[in-house]
Amino acid sequence: MAEKTLTRMDLSEAVFREVGLSRNESASLVESVLDHLSDALVRGEQVKISSFGTFSVRDKAARVGRNPKTGESAPIPPRRVLTFRPSHLMKERVASGNKR
Amino acid sequence: MIRSELIQKIADENPHLYQRDVEKIVNTIFDEIIDAMSNGDRVELRGFGAFSVKKRDARQGRNPRTGEAVSVEEKHVPFFKTGKLLRDRLNKG
Repeated sequence: MAEKTLTRMDLSEAVFREVGLSRNESASLVESVLDHLSDALVRGEQVKISSFGTFSVRDKAARVGRNPKTGESAPIPPRRVLTFRPSHLMKERVASGNKR
Repeated sequence: MIRSELIQKIADENPHLYQRDVEKIVNTIFDEIIDAMSNGDRVELRGFGAFSVKKRDARQGRNPRTGEAVSVEEKHVPFFKTGKLLRDRLNKG
């Protein structure tokens, strides 16, 4: 299994291929989709993309952490983290596609 | 926000595009990510995050109801790691 890494470029290439817009416009549409996803999450909204998955923002309480290298304790302030829960379809396709 | 709201926002910003093309654009992006991961590939979207596939080793599991031992096969699961820029933006203000 030769593992590749896809980037924005590959996504805009797919949009170019499927929809037939210019490469430039395809790239800026990919960017604007990512911007809308990010903006909604920053506003604290949950983003639910059917048959893809759900992004949710969770609040984490402050806690005392530890620098794993030095063993020193370090306070970790409260923060917001993003979690992604894949849809059943994504889980199924990833599981069956990677089966040997 | 759900898929149809995302499509509507993009459509509003691009009045020169047909609604059905906007749908196709948004669907193509998400489909492409799933296709990549089902081939075992990573999708790295700088500033937003990265989708990758993690391998879960085969293990001896247990049926929680009966307590019976069952063998669970090796499997691959999707994984998302938030990008640095988005992580920082979530914690500003």
